[in-house]
Amino acid sequence: MTQYLIAMYQPDGIVPPPEVLGPIMQRLEEFNADLEAADALVFGNGLTDAALATVLRHNGTDVVVTDGPYVEGKEHLGGFEIIDVPDLDAALAWAGRLAEITGLPIEVRAFADVRGAVERG
Amino acid sequence: MNSATDTVATVFHEEYGRAVSVVLRTTQDLGLAEEAVQEAFAVAAERWPSEGVPERPGGWIITTARRRAVDRFRREAARGGKEAEAALLRQSDDAPDVFGDDRLKLLFVCCHPALALQARIALALKVLGGLTTAQIASAFLVSESTVAQRISRAKAKIRDSRIPYRVPSGGELPARLAAVLAVVYLIYNEGYSADLGSQAGRAGLCSEAIRLSRTVAHLLPDEPECEGLLALMLLSESRLAARSGRRGALIPLAEQDRSLWDADLISEGLSLVRRCLRRGQLGPYQLQAAIQAVHSTAPSAASTDWHRILGLYDALTQLAPGPVVELNRAVALAEVDGPAVALAVVDHLELDNYHVFHAVRADLLRRLGRADEAAEEYADAARLAPSAGERAFLQARIRALGMS
Repeated sequence: MTQYLIAMYQPDGIVPPPEVLGPIMQRLEEFNADLEAADALVFGNGLTDAALATVLRHNGTDVVVTDGPYVEGKEHLGGFEIIDVPDLDAALAWAGRLAEITGLPIEVRAFADVRGAVERG
Repeated sequence: MNSATDTVATVFHEEYGRAVSVVLRTTQDLGLAEEAVQEAFAVAAERWPSEGVPERPGGWIITTARRRAVDRFRREAARGGKEAEAALLRQSDDAPDVFGDDRLKLLFVCCHPALALQARIALALKVLGGLTTAQIASAFLVSESTVAQRISRAKAKIRDSRIPYRVPSGGELPARLAAVLAVVYLIYNEGYSADLGSQAGRAGLCSEAIRLSRTVAHLLPDEPECEGLLALMLLSESRLAARSGRRGALIPLAEQDRSLWDADLISEGLSLVRRCLRRGQLGPYQLQAAIQAVHSTAPSAASTDWHRILGLYDALTQLAPGPVVELNRAVALAEVDGPAVALAVVDHLELDNYHVFHAVRADLLRRLGRADEAAEEYADAARLAPSAGERAFLQARIRALGMS
């Protein structure tokens, strides 16, 4: 089995009206329930607004704290799921469902875990 | 001595893909499988000239390569390598590649939609076609290091993202198969426009695509689109000798000397078309092959059954709608209902960057007696045309307009 990050990217500051968001949230809950039922969910959640992020850098002597997201841009990581599935095709199938539900671009990345290399087959 | 060396090269081209796909079952890693097979060929190059070529060279390569891979795992396992131990445990699975299943799995991996398109093409040609990185580089007019980079990145993605070695099943198969066929057809089209440019180094691409397509059609006998694509390419290839004239200028279908068409390729293509259409599972490649079959069976351009071709384009428009299909349909429409009707259709298409759009429009305008507009369109087409042969043809058309 391999763990994958399924990351959702969403435009900043755009919150769909409740009549749109409601059904999406409903389907996301079903999605998560299905992931759990398939024993594939490691962890998943939505994030608060990217503007509320805090960035820390070590400048050689001190840790400097700044307000705002690390990457400037109009879209940010809005939430993610970590899933544990046999291979990329399985991960893409789950991610595809998420893309369809949210209408957002979804990025899939495998975790660099050497365990999977032994167990796969 | 020389003949044994030639045999090694031939066997490499013929058997490399099969060998990699079978050894992959032992290694579970494409890079390792390729290394083992390449080592086996190095041994062959050393031994065959003096010891003679074995009776089944392909089998010899597979056995030798697999032994190399197992030896390597033994050494690594002795040093405590967990992966190597696991690989040795898997080793009992020793069945030969009876149904070509291994090659099919490999083909689906090479054409996986998670890989960049250029990487899919390079991987398919290298791993299944047995082409070298240098051959692929010269075929696509890019540097060898670019090809090597694309291939190694793709292999890393296959390994680290765990793209599975399996033939997709059920609902997944149609889309994934379409991706495989698209890669094969892209290889063919790349070779086709290279032929028109008289770039001999790239011409091998058409025969590679046909060879890959034969493998796919053979391995997936229940998927008529595979035979459809093979038929489409064979019928197109049958006109190779007729489609370019002096200095490589393109000769359009209507003006080709049909006695130069390759009768063997046509007869194979036609019987494939008949066979796949009988299944009643129409697909875009089968329809395109059927359209080519109508041309192939017409004794002359004038006797072409354009009504039938238009009907096939109507079906294609239903199945695979898009502006390029509409454009090709308009060519048939012009023959059935006249150039004015066809021009009205073409004018609605947004294909400004496609040279064929301008060439078709130019031809319709020419037939309507609008010579000045036609010349402009021919010029636009020539500017956008990818091959020297097409440019030469279009420029000749402009000259002919000036003379009339």
